Amino acid sequence: MKRESLLAALGTLALVACAWAVPWLKFILTIALAKGIAVLGILLLLRAGQVSFGHSMFLALGAYTVAFLAPMESEAVLLLPAAALVAAGFGLVIGLFLVRYRDIFFGMLNLAFAMVLYSLLEKLYSLTKGTDGIRVAALSFAGTEPERGTQEWIVFGIALGLAILFGLLVRFYLASPMGRALAGIKTRETRLEFMGVPARRVLLFAYVLSALMGGVGGALIAMTTRHVTPQIAYWTSSGELVFIAILGGAGSALGPFLGSVAFELVRVYAAAAVAEAWQMILGAVLLLVILFAPGGVWGLLSRRWRA
Amino acid sequence: MTDAVTRRAAMLGAGATAGSLLFAGSGAKAQGKPSELRVGITTFLSGSASVFGVPAKQAAELLFEEVNKAGGIGGVPVRPIFVDEAPGTDHLVGEFRRLVQNEGVQLIFASISSGSCLACTPLSDEMKKTTVLWDCGTQRIFEEGQHPYAFRTQGYGTPEVLAPLLYLLKHKPDFRTLAVINQDYAWGRDSWELWKSAMDVLKPGVRVVAEMFPRFGATDYSTEVTRLLAARPDVILSTSWGGDLVTLLRQAAERRLFDRSTFVLPVCEPSLPTLGRTMAAGHIIGTRGDHWNNHPSPKDPARLKRFVDAYRAKYNDYPIYPCHHMAQAISATQAAYAKAIAAKGGGWPNDAELAAAFRGLTFDTPTSSITLREDGQGLEDQIVGISSFNAQYPFAVPKDMILFPAAMVSTPVGRKSVDWLKSLTPDFLNQIPAPIAG
Repeated sequence: MKRESLLAALGTLALVACAWAVPWLKFILTIALAKGIAVLGILLLLRAGQVSFGHSMFLALGAYTVAFLAPMESEAVLLLPAAALVAAGFGLVIGLFLVRYRDIFFGMLNLAFAMVLYSLLEKLYSLTKGTDGIRVAALSFAGTEPERGTQEWIVFGIALGLAILFGLLVRFYLASPMGRALAGIKTRETRLEFMGVPARRVLLFAYVLSALMGGVGGALIAMTTRHVTPQIAYWTSSGELVFIAILGGAGSALGPFLGSVAFELVRVYAAAAVAEAWQMILGAVLLLVILFAPGGVWGLLSRRWRA
Repeated sequence: MTDAVTRRAAMLGAGATAGSLLFAGSGAKAQGKPSELRVGITTFLSGSASVFGVPAKQAAELLFEEVNKAGGIGGVPVRPIFVDEAPGTDHLVGEFRRLVQNEGVQLIFASISSGSCLACTPLSDEMKKTTVLWDCGTQRIFEEGQHPYAFRTQGYGTPEVLAPLLYLLKHKPDFRTLAVINQDYAWGRDSWELWKSAMDVLKPGVRVVAEMFPRFGATDYSTEVTRLLAARPDVILSTSWGGDLVTLLRQAAERRLFDRSTFVLPVCEPSLPTLGRTMAAGHIIGTRGDHWNNHPSPKDPARLKRFVDAYRAKYNDYPIYPCHHMAQAISATQAAYAKAIAAKGGGWPNDAELAAAFRGLTFDTPTSSITLREDGQGLEDQIVGISSFNAQYPFAVPKDMILFPAAMVSTPVGRKSVDWLKSLTPDFLNQIPAPIAG
């Protein structure tokens, strides 16, 4: 536990140092933090043994909420909770239905909902401008409209703050009885029911929380890239989130962030080194992780501790 | 226990330091002549649009090699840095920053995809980095805002749709029914809106018997072909491209759709070599510009032949329109640097001076010359013709070509394309020039 916090603190420092020393990495790291927050949600579901292959729908909901509302209300401090609420609300509605299913059915139904959302974003052309996407209008932060450099730092700071906040939240949640019950769903659900714990409600709570974090992640991505396209809801984007979860490891709330930073850095350096074959490098990294480090980056680190 | 933590801390610290040393400083630029001119180029290196992206990249490599052999641009050798735009907006926007802040590129050639261009142009404003929009076609770029550092060195959606429509109205003025089958994404929808807006005022009363938007990347068009066979439209419009168009036309040819209806295919030129003899003669074909292999009267025939021959010798394929668009971006860059260096009395231009040189620039292409308007939009002529076969090419090439001057078919500065198209009158048809010889 102590080591986890120490590593988190060191990681935070390293991120800030990196963003300060290498200006262009600040953008990459902000995206990584935003995706990390969304992957925290996947981690919750993984604890219950469920994989969501459609989690990018919450990213998209958050991102498009920001894109749609920004022209009317440019205040980022209000847009973020609005995006979180929309995603959580949607998560609650479809969650009521989805938590009846397990395993492959759960994963595929999530995928189906995500693809429905993707198609809607693409086809409601007059509203969403289709695949070309929507430009996010200029944002204000607590009433001020800072210039680009400052704004990048502010969004990076918000992302970092939220990452720490949600990281802590997930850690406490997983340690709570509700969080422990998730592991019960994974091992044997009937036992939970015999103990008087309603499994569906446990899963629904986790699902809504994961949707909320997905929405926050999406809102942060929209605020960083300032242009949202339906691709954010596409299945490849969901696959990316699952990839990050595996890469980072499901053992700790730090895993998603280790995974997302590693993922974004590998991708950007692979793309810089060999523009034609970056997918192959990314694929090779995932294979190596699966073969030699099933616990992900987190697994590697914690194994070293124990040794 | 403690020493493990220290070791890790040391490792992290070392990593961070090494990282910062690795990247810091390389973004710094001297005001004098740089040792090399770096150009960031975003293009599709993977995915379905790589049918455009990879040939364009090859053209860039070929042409920059030539430029460097001839002494570079302003005496400075050029190094292109390619970036794949397939992973999507968030990655591409990050890559744009990396190119500017880490690689220290002097200018960026942005994007095939309109979505990518829409994401990159505001960034060019913010980072004050000259961005040449080398291939994307959306009319939204310069009609929805001003971008002081962005320039499009080629035509765009409006002229590329209006020219084939005008050709159709000239070639087959008595058509009464039309069907559209476009890919289901922004360009498919946009191009149909542009076409419909213009058609409704230039030839009111055409009945649209089918509007179909099959999935992007669809592999089976049997339902659509059946519907088209049943609806018997006089004209079938499709602005589809790449593999989608090849598949559609192959399946249409098998079921003799070409015999029943006249196709209008504004973006089909890159697919023609693949289609070969499967493509039927007698249909209206376009190439997003005027750079046909059999252009009857190019401005610089020797230069066109040299480019086509060199490309064929190196890559064993005919250059397609993205290759020409890449060549245009490179020509524009050479012309702009020459102009900026002359304006500075031999000194190397900074970002603002380079952008100033691009504004209003006129540069030569093998087939014509292109002027960049005050809003940054390039005026590229459009040639549309009827598909035909001859002994020289193993695939369809146009005949009875009409050259539409860019200024005639482009939306005037400050107006929106759809509004402008709706304000046209049938008199506009009188402005259509006569076919060019060939």
